[in-house]
Amino acid sequence: MEAYISLFVKAVFIENLALSFFLGMCTFLAVSKKISTAMGLGIAVMVVQTLTVPANNFIYQTLLKEDALAWLGITGVDLSFLSLLSCIGMIAAIVQILEMTLDKFFPALYHALGIFLPLITVNCAILAGSLFMIERDYNFNESVVYGIGSGFGWALAITVMAGVREKLKYSDIPAALQGLGITFITAGLMSLGFMAFSGIQL
Amino acid sequence: MDKETKKVLFEPLVDNNPITLQVLGVCSALAVTSQMSTSLIMALALTSVTACSSAAISAVRNHIPGSIRIIVQMIIIASLVIVVDQLLKAFAFDVSKKLSVFVGLIITNCIVMGRAEAYAMKNPPLQSFIDGVGNGLGYSLILIIVAFFRETLGSGKLLGFDVFPLVQDGGWYVPNGMMLLPPSAFFLIGLIIWGFRTWKPKQVEHDEFKIMSISHGEGGHH
Repeated sequence: MEAYISLFVKAVFIENLALSFFLGMCTFLAVSKKISTAMGLGIAVMVVQTLTVPANNFIYQTLLKEDALAWLGITGVDLSFLSLLSCIGMIAAIVQILEMTLDKFFPALYHALGIFLPLITVNCAILAGSLFMIERDYNFNESVVYGIGSGFGWALAITVMAGVREKLKYSDIPAALQGLGITFITAGLMSLGFMAFSGIQL
Repeated sequence: MDKETKKVLFEPLVDNNPITLQVLGVCSALAVTSQMSTSLIMALALTSVTACSSAAISAVRNHIPGSIRIIVQMIIIASLVIVVDQLLKAFAFDVSKKLSVFVGLIITNCIVMGRAEAYAMKNPPLQSFIDGVGNGLGYSLILIIVAFFRETLGSGKLLGFDVFPLVQDGGWYVPNGMMLLPPSAFFLIGLIIWGFRTWKPKQVEHDEFKIMSISHGEGGHH
């Protein structure tokens, strides 16, 4: 149990996908102008991340990994070069299914999250979550924890960022730094803040 | 080289840079720049993927049904990235280990998708290829600038050669450790944007909330 808590804290704070690996930056910078939209996107990312990381883990461990096909009686086959293709396919499929399910059964939720879902397929944070899971060879339980943790960390980062930017619009910034420039510098300062967690040992 | 080709090739360098103006493909731009060697490989990988995928998508653009075009583009891009990934693993294993997941992340790099969607779907293959190269170069330019500052200031070296002699080796330069950490990449890109926009005032974004000066009467906000 302790190992899972430590993995969760590591995924949320120390290895925050947005602030220490710069993932999902395009959406992070583009959709962080208002807290409410940022939070909506954050929750959508968290949901998708929680579903896709374990799903990709299952595919990887049972089909693609070296000698993973042993349960079929086939050995010596290493399909791991296909993992990129299978990951992105899986993500696109899950996002599509999620979108249709929400539309059919939870229209209210669909209207809140719907516009963000197509954006998520090409959000690098989602793909990176799965690729990190493969690189670090997590087992299924760890991948569930990692999926929730990394999604939560990303949601936290974008919500905080939106909070800062809402206040920032009242400040007097040099014209050429306006908008994107100052957003980068703010993100840098936030990332500096998150580095304070890196000394935590669990 | 005729005028149109030149425009397609060089416009993305400064005037319409994918990173500083279009905010595309920032993710990987920041993560691999703590060393010049990894940035150069990454720049090369991204430029070749963008150029080849634009050409390939443009070649089949009239045969792709509109409703599944994203999936088709994705498959073409993903296949090219797998090729690049395997090549790197075969010929530059050390660098490929350092780049870890970021080569795979070229798939979701918005520059590649963006060019496919915005340019390659409407233009012939050769031009799309050149457009891909141009945007790849725009990305590479930023990567190289950032990596140059991060590596020289952070470790006193560039591509393994000593630029500033370090204090621990009897020199005078105390390395700035923060340059090797993630936040410095954000600061550097922020400053590059500031520089670019001072140089090209057309790119300046308008502030949503104008601050009035007190001398105008009216009573200003603070």
